[in-house]
Amino acid sequence: MSVILLFLAVLATIAGWWLSKQRLTAKPWLEEGAIGDFPGGGASALPAAKIGLGVFLAVAGSLLALFVSAYAMRMHMAQDWRPLPEPKLLWLNTGVLVVSSIALHRALLAARRGRMDGVMANLLAGGGSAVVFLAGQILAWRQMAASGYVPASNPADAFFYLITAVHGLHLLGGLVALARAIAKAWPGVATDQLRLSVELCAMYWHFLLLVWLGLFGMLLLT
Amino acid sequence: MVTVLQARTRGMTLMRMPLTVWGIFTATVMALLAFPALFVGAVMMLLDRLLGTSFFMPSLVEMGQHLQHSGGSPILFQHLFWFFGHPEVYIVALPAFGIVSDLISTHARRNIFGYRMMVWAIVAIGALSFVVWAHHMYVSGMNPYFGFFFATTTLIIAIPTAIKVYNWLLTLWHGDIHLTVPMLFALAFIVTFLNGGLTGLFLGNVVVDVPLSDTMFVVAHFHMVMGVAPIMVIFGGIYHWYPKITGRMLNEALGRFHFWVTFLGAYAVFFPMHYLGLLGMPRRYPEIGETSFVPDSAATLNAFISVAALAVGFAQMVFLFNLIWSLSRGRQAGGNPWNATTLEWQTPETPPGHGNWGKELPVVYRWAYDYSVPGAERDFVPQNQPPARRATWEAAP
Repeated sequence: MSVILLFLAVLATIAGWWLSKQRLTAKPWLEEGAIGDFPGGGASALPAAKIGLGVFLAVAGSLLALFVSAYAMRMHMAQDWRPLPEPKLLWLNTGVLVVSSIALHRALLAARRGRMDGVMANLLAGGGSAVVFLAGQILAWRQMAASGYVPASNPADAFFYLITAVHGLHLLGGLVALARAIAKAWPGVATDQLRLSVELCAMYWHFLLLVWLGLFGMLLLT
Repeated sequence: MVTVLQARTRGMTLMRMPLTVWGIFTATVMALLAFPALFVGAVMMLLDRLLGTSFFMPSLVEMGQHLQHSGGSPILFQHLFWFFGHPEVYIVALPAFGIVSDLISTHARRNIFGYRMMVWAIVAIGALSFVVWAHHMYVSGMNPYFGFFFATTTLIIAIPTAIKVYNWLLTLWHGDIHLTVPMLFALAFIVTFLNGGLTGLFLGNVVVDVPLSDTMFVVAHFHMVMGVAPIMVIFGGIYHWYPKITGRMLNEALGRFHFWVTFLGAYAVFFPMHYLGLLGMPRRYPEIGETSFVPDSAATLNAFISVAALAVGFAQMVFLFNLIWSLSRGRQAGGNPWNATTLEWQTPETPPGHGNWGKELPVVYRWAYDYSVPGAERDFVPQNQPPARRATWEAAP
C-alpha cells in the first residue's frame, strides 16, 4: 500500500497548501461585514470545469495508484510470479500515444492563437492517433494470448491485461470529450468555450500519457 | 466538492460555512479517494470469479475438487477493502458530526463552542482516517509489527474526535436548551457516539482486540458508533429540515414517541451484545450449538434483543406515517420555525422555489452561529443580515 500512501501524501500536500491560504485561523465570530473587508477565502479564479477535471484526475490517479499497490504487493505474496515478455508492439504504441499528446498540445497552442484550421487538424490528429493506440493495445493483447499468456495463467499476466484495460478505458472516455471538443470546433469560430474544452482535453491526454509511461515502465522492470 | 470550492455565494468564506457543509465537503473528498479502493478490490475479485485469475484466491479444495486457483492472497483483498472501509466509517460520521453541531447550536440558542477547532478536527479526522485501516486486520495474519503502528494511529484519531465531543458539551453548557425532537435526537447522538467510541478504544488496542475479534462485542461497538449514532443524526436532521422542505411541521407527539422507542430500543438491542461478546459468543452464527463458554441464558438474551428490534422496527412505521401524514395535515411551519441563522432558513419562499433565491443571490455578512448575541434585537442574527452599523449608516440620508 506504500504507492497509494505516497500518492495520497502528494494530494495532502496540495490540499494543505490550498487550506493554508484559506485563513483557517480566522476568528469568524469577530469578522462581521462584507466580503471585501477580509482578504482571501473567495472562490478560485480558475473555471469550475478545470477544477472539476483536477479533482477527477486526483481520483483516477488514486485508482491507478491502488492498482499499482496491489501489483507490488501481489508480486511478493507468493512464489508464483512469472514475469512476462512484453510484446515489442508496446514500444510502437507508446510512440503513438506520445504523438497523440503532442497533437493535442499543438491544438491548444493553436486555440490560444485563435487559428482554427490548426485547432481542427490537431484535434483530429490527436483523436486519430489515440484510436490507433487503442487498436495497437488490442493487437498486443492478441499477440500475448496467441503465445499462451492469458489472464488465468499467471498473476503477472492477469495484471498486464487488467492494467492495460483500465488505462485504455480511461482513454476511451477521453475520446468522448474529444469528440465533443471537435463538434465545438466544427463551425470554425474560436470561442472561450472551445479554448477551455481543448485545454481540458490536452490536460487529460498528458495525464494519461504520464500514467502510461509509469505503467509501461513498471511492466518492463518487473 | 466543486460546488463548495467554486459556487459559494458572495461573503461565504470557508470559515463562515455551517459545520454541516464542512462535514459534507470533507466526506466528499474522502469518498472520492476511498471508493477507488473498493472498486479495485471488486474488479479483481470479479476477475477471480469470471476469468479464473488468482489475485485473491489461494489454492482451494471445494467439494473434493482442487480449484485451478493458486497463490492468491485474501490479505491483499482485506488491505484493499479496509483501505476503503475505514475512511467509509468517517464518510458516514463526518456529515453527522457537522449536522449535529448545527442542531445543537440552533436548539440550544448558543454559538457553537470552538468553531475553528471543530473545522480543524473535521479535516484532521478526514486525513487520519486513511492511515488506520489495518486495525480491522489484527487477526488476519498480516505482519504483527503493523499492529503497533495502526493501534497508535487509531488512538491518535481519538483526540480530534474527543475535541468535538467536548465542544458539543460546552455548547450546551449554559445554553437555552429547547428539547425539541431534533434536539432529542442530537443529544441521543452524543451519548451513543460516546458509548460506541469508548468501546472503540478497547478494540483499537491489539491485545484487547485479539480475544474480542469476531465476537458480538464488535457488532455492538460497530452498531453503536456507526449504525445507531449517525442514524440518530439523520432522524434529527429530518425533523429539523422537514419544515423547510415541505412547509409543514412534523407531528410533535408522534415524533417524541418515535424518538423514545428508537433511542431506548436501540440500547435494548445493542447494549446486551457487549455482554454476549465478553462471554465469547461469536458473530455470524445462526445457531451456536453447545459450547463450554456460552450459557443458555445467552439464548434468552438473544430473544430479548429480537423483541426489542421488532419494537424499534414498529416505531419506524410510525415515523413513516408521520412523514406522509404531516405532508398535508402538519402545522404550517413558516419560513424559519426554529429561528435559525443559516441561509436555507432565509429563502423568500418555503418550500424554496427553483434556484432557492429567485433573481438575487444572498450576500453573507457573518458566520453561521450568531445566537443570543448581546445587544441584538432577537436571539439570532441571520447570516445574510447586514451589520447594524452599516444599516444605520445607509439609512441616514
